[in-house]
Amino acid sequence: MTAHDPEAMRRPNAPMTTYRYDEYDAAFVSERVAEFREQVRRRLSGALTEEEFRPFRLMNGLYLQLHAYMLRVAIPYGTLTARQMRRLADIAEKWDKGYGHFTTRQNLQYNWPKLVDTPDILESLADVEMHAIQTSGNCIRNVTADHFAGVAPDEIEDPRPTAEFLRQWSSLHSEFSFLPRKFKIAVTGAAHDRAAILVHDIGLRIVKNDTGEIGYQVVVGGGLGRSPFIGKVVGDFVPREDLLAFLEAILRVYNRFGRRDNKYKARVKILVHEKGIDEIRAAVEAEFAAMDRSAFAHDSEEFERIAAFFAPPPYDSLPATSASLRAAKLESPAFANFADVNVGAHKMPGYAIVTVSLKPIGGVPGDATSDQMRVLADASERFGFGELRVSHEQNIILPHVKQDDLLTLWRMLDAAGLATANAGLVSDIISCPGLDYCSLATARSIPIAQAISKRFSDMSRQRRIGKLGVKISGCINACGHHHVGAIGILGLEKKGQESYQITLGGDPTFSASIGEILGPGVTAEQVPDVVEHLVDYYLAEREEGEAFIDTWRRIGHARFKDVLRREGEDGADI
Amino acid sequence: MPVFKHPQILIASNLTDGEVLFLGPSGWERDHRRARVARSADEAAALEALGKRDISANRVVDVYLADVEIGSDGAPTPLHYREKMRVKGPSVRLDLGKQATGGAL
Repeated sequence: MTAHDPEAMRRPNAPMTTYRYDEYDAAFVSERVAEFREQVRRRLSGALTEEEFRPFRLMNGLYLQLHAYMLRVAIPYGTLTARQMRRLADIAEKWDKGYGHFTTRQNLQYNWPKLVDTPDILESLADVEMHAIQTSGNCIRNVTADHFAGVAPDEIEDPRPTAEFLRQWSSLHSEFSFLPRKFKIAVTGAAHDRAAILVHDIGLRIVKNDTGEIGYQVVVGGGLGRSPFIGKVVGDFVPREDLLAFLEAILRVYNRFGRRDNKYKARVKILVHEKGIDEIRAAVEAEFAAMDRSAFAHDSEEFERIAAFFAPPPYDSLPATSASLRAAKLESPAFANFADVNVGAHKMPGYAIVTVSLKPIGGVPGDATSDQMRVLADASERFGFGELRVSHEQNIILPHVKQDDLLTLWRMLDAAGLATANAGLVSDIISCPGLDYCSLATARSIPIAQAISKRFSDMSRQRRIGKLGVKISGCINACGHHHVGAIGILGLEKKGQESYQITLGGDPTFSASIGEILGPGVTAEQVPDVVEHLVDYYLAEREEGEAFIDTWRRIGHARFKDVLRREGEDGADI
Repeated sequence: MPVFKHPQILIASNLTDGEVLFLGPSGWERDHRRARVARSADEAAALEALGKRDISANRVVDVYLADVEIGSDGAPTPLHYREKMRVKGPSVRLDLGKQATGGAL
């Protein structure tokens, strides 16, 4: 059976192009909910101390944060059905405060659940084939993927079957349940990297060799946090048949040699950095050669079974371009702006990929209300086969929209406050929750994002500036990916005050680079001025077709630094 | 023992819902203005002991002392911006947290 079989279609809200649990999946998630319910009961009764309970709650994605508990829900490779999105909305309304926060790991976080309610929340999630397993802890986390998977014109292969294959391999993997630290895997199958694979513990790039065979370029040791590194190639072309065994070999090398004496040096990126990629590659190849690979032998039937769930939906045959879209753009400049900025090319003629921005001017990046989630679910059913994606940029993607439907969709989104036409622009800011929610944070990040967004509220100005990735983290853990922001902002504490360090030149794509520090930290109030100065300088210096990062690379960091020094009062605080 | 520089209050999270609580004269309070203030190292140690007792009793988790200053009305206000935030709620959502229900100023 595939996801498109008539049998499946008869189910209400049947997934169209997404994985559906089999009996094993359903049973294991259901058992896990029952187990956690009992653990919560024992915690509340006093049978378990907090110290004993903490690992259990973390294994189910439940953190204790600054103001309340926080539950992190896994959204594998960011793919959601309308039914699941509605359930997320319902949970937010019933057990939280009417909104959810979409994260850079393509997950969703609830900021206010009560401990006593979490078993019911998990049960409600399990009912729609969702859970919070492995969204925390030193295990292989939710596998992420290109949010344009399956629809991007530049794609070699949809990365989601691979990601789902890896999800099944890594879920409750007993050998890798207690790694030295958390472990993140991202997959892309396209010519352009939208999954930031070079800054993950393992990045997989689906490639085709000279004989047309599909395989994987395997990158290891990338990551952000307090020690940012770009990943290095450990396998140039790993055939699909060897993928699981090869990854198993990498994880075994990491599990064995990764440092456990210092949590700040425990990630695989440190191991790769300290040993060097050649030594790591040799160790992985030795493990690969010596291991019993029969347990990880590729099951092509199983891969094909999984891949069938992600088969293309039943597209209509349409002309490549839509006359009604052209007319609508002429009629409405606001719609034209949205169509130009938030709508991308689709592999199928007459269709488009729509990025729904969760970054309204002055809003909280990544937040969506229950009502907005329902609008998105409705929109996906009316205009996109009931499928949605969460992007690592904290936006929602509608991956299969007819060009003819874009105007109607835009009106629907606009009425719900979801039509901000800023995808990829200066106000499409990635921001971690920062000190407004997170107990690890050392400074706030959301108000900085809001202030920058308001400063550049003129949308025509944003379009003149063009593509510009601004990314903000509220602490050195870099959940806001500031290291790979063309303009990165890191919130720190300095002498009891919030202080913000600016970096320039970060890039999360195949041309990945880590941003360089601009100078001493600045105050929260100064950040929008600094960003504006940088943008103005870029506009004055850019050449035809250059994005901010291109200009920065061409003319160099020192000149950006110099111009700020001249424009600061005495240069000392910029 | 660390040097005692400022008055202190005891902060914790409620076990069942994670809400920020402050140890008051007769139990845990939602409002920091009702917190019991330690004005010496001995008083701070006594507060901590009460906190440990309530951790053991599974009432609260994540208990720690925070430096405060005392206002003209005698009420304590945290000195560090992290605890100032915990006293109110998220600065970006004034409709959430204690500030939304009048539990904090």
